[in-house]
Amino acid sequence: MNASPVYLDAATAAPTHPVARQALLAALDDGWADPGKLYGQARRARQLLDAAREATAQTLGVRADELSFTSSGTTAAHGAVLGGLAGRRRVGPTLVHSAIEHSAVLHAAERHVAAGGVADPVPVDRLGRLDLSAWSDAVRAPGVALAALISASHEVGTVQPVAEAAAACAGAGVPLYVDAAQSVGRVPLPAGWSVLTASAHKWGGPSGVGLLAVRKGTRWESPWPADDREGGRTPGSVNLPAVVAAAASLRAAAADAAAEETRLAPLVDRIRARVAAEVPDVEVVGDPVLRLPHLVTFSCLYVDGEALLHALDRRGFAVSSGSSCTSSTLRPSHVLEAMGVLSHGNVRVSLHRETTEADVERFLAELPGIVAGLRAEAGVVGL
Amino acid sequence: MPDEVLDCRGQRCPLPVIAAARRMPEVPVGTVVRVLADDPAAAVDIPAWCRMRGQEFVAAITGPDGPAYDIRRAH
Ligand SMILES: Cc1ncc(COP(=O)(O)O)c(C=O)c1O
Repeated sequence: MNASPVYLDAATAAPTHPVARQALLAALDDGWADPGKLYGQARRARQLLDAAREATAQTLGVRADELSFTSSGTTAAHGAVLGGLAGRRRVGPTLVHSAIEHSAVLHAAERHVAAGGVADPVPVDRLGRLDLSAWSDAVRAPGVALAALISASHEVGTVQPVAEAAAACAGAGVPLYVDAAQSVGRVPLPAGWSVLTASAHKWGGPSGVGLLAVRKGTRWESPWPADDREGGRTPGSVNLPAVVAAAASLRAAAADAAAEETRLAPLVDRIRARVAAEVPDVEVVGDPVLRLPHLVTFSCLYVDGEALLHALDRRGFAVSSGSSCTSSTLRPSHVLEAMGVLSHGNVRVSLHRETTEADVERFLAELPGIVAGLRAEAGVVGL
Repeated sequence: MPDEVLDCRGQRCPLPVIAAARRMPEVPVGTVVRVLADDPAAAVDIPAWCRMRGQEFVAAITGPDGPAYDIRRAH
C-alpha cells in the first residue's frame, strides 16, 4: 500500500523531538563516563546530569533533590506505589487507587496484595471521571498508606479531578501519588500531590527514561535493594545521554505546550464530532470537555478491534486500541470496562507536534469507508 | 428464567454481541434471551450494546454453563 504514513499513537510514544535527537548525539560523545567518579570525564558527566535534573525539576515545579531519573515510566510508577506504601506501612496496609490507573500502577498494586497488602479501587463514571465521593470515603478509611490517581486517562483522555482528590487526601492525612505520564510536557500539572511520575517518550524524549518526584517530607522508602544513586530512589546507573535528551526535549515541549494545546485540542474536537456524525453506530468515549488536548477514543459497534487496526495500518494509519483482541492478555481494557463503554472495535488516536490538519482530515476521510468495509465483510450491516 | 439461550461460548467479541443483535429483532417484545459467552469482553459489551440499542439488560449471571447475560427485548 502506498498511502503515506500518518502516525497517531503519541500516547504510546511521541516521535522523537529534534531537540532530543540533538541532545542525545551530543551527550553520547560527552556524557559516557560515570558521573559518580572523581576525574575530569566524570565531572563533565556529572555536570550534564545536574543540568538535566535542574531543568526538569524546574519544569515540574519541584526541587532538584526531589527528582530522580528512572529507567522508564513503568519503573517510576512501581517505585512510587511500592515506596509510598513501604514508607507508611506502620499506618496501614491499604492502597487506594482509581479503577483506571495505568497497568504499571495496577501491577504494583497486585504485588502489594500478593504480599498481604490491601488495594481499594475507586470507580469512575461513564465518562471516565473519578467518583469523588467514593474516593473521599476510601481515603478516610482507617489504614490507608497511599492513594494513587492518574492525572488524565491514557486511554480515553478524561482529565481527573486531582485538586479535589488531593484535598480529600490532605484532609485524611494520606499522601497522593499522581501518574502524570500523559500530562507532563502537554498541560499544566495539578497541585497537591506528594509523589509524581512521568515518562519521557510521551513528550518526544527517548524511551527508557522515567521521572520520579517525591516531595520533601513525604514518607517514602525505596522498595528496591540499596543503591545511593538518584537520591537512593531508584537503583542502577542512569542512561545519561537519554536523560539529557529527555530533559532537553521536555524543556522544548513545555515551552510549546500552550501553543500545541491550542492547535491540537480543536483537531481532537473535530475528530470527536466528525467520527460521531460520519461513522454509524460509534461510541465516542471520554469527557467531551475536561480532556487531554491530544487524545481521543471511540468504539465501533460490531467491528473487531484487531481487524480495524490492521485495516487502518494498511492505509498508513498507526493507532492504538483497548479492545481485548489487541491485548496480549485477551482481556478488554480495564479502563473501558470501568467506564462501562463498548470495548470492541476500539481505537485511540493521539496527536503530537508533527500531526497536521491534513493528517487528521485524511484519517477522517478514510475511516468511514474502512469501518463500512469491515462491517460488510462481517455481514453485520443493518444490525 | 430466560425464554431462550444463545450459546456463544468459545466466540471472541464482537461475535456474541453480533449474535444477540441478530436474534433480538426476531423474538417477540418482552422475550428474555440468555447469551452464554465466555469472552470476558462480553461482560462489558453486551450491557453497552443494550444501552446503545435501548434494549433491557436484565442481569449478568454465572451458572453451570459459565458467564451468561440476560437481555429482554424492550421494543
Ligand atoms: C499513564 C501512563 N503511566 C505509565 C506509563 C508507562 O511508561 P513507560 O512506557 O515509560 O514505561 C505509560 C505509558 O505507557 C502511561 O501512559
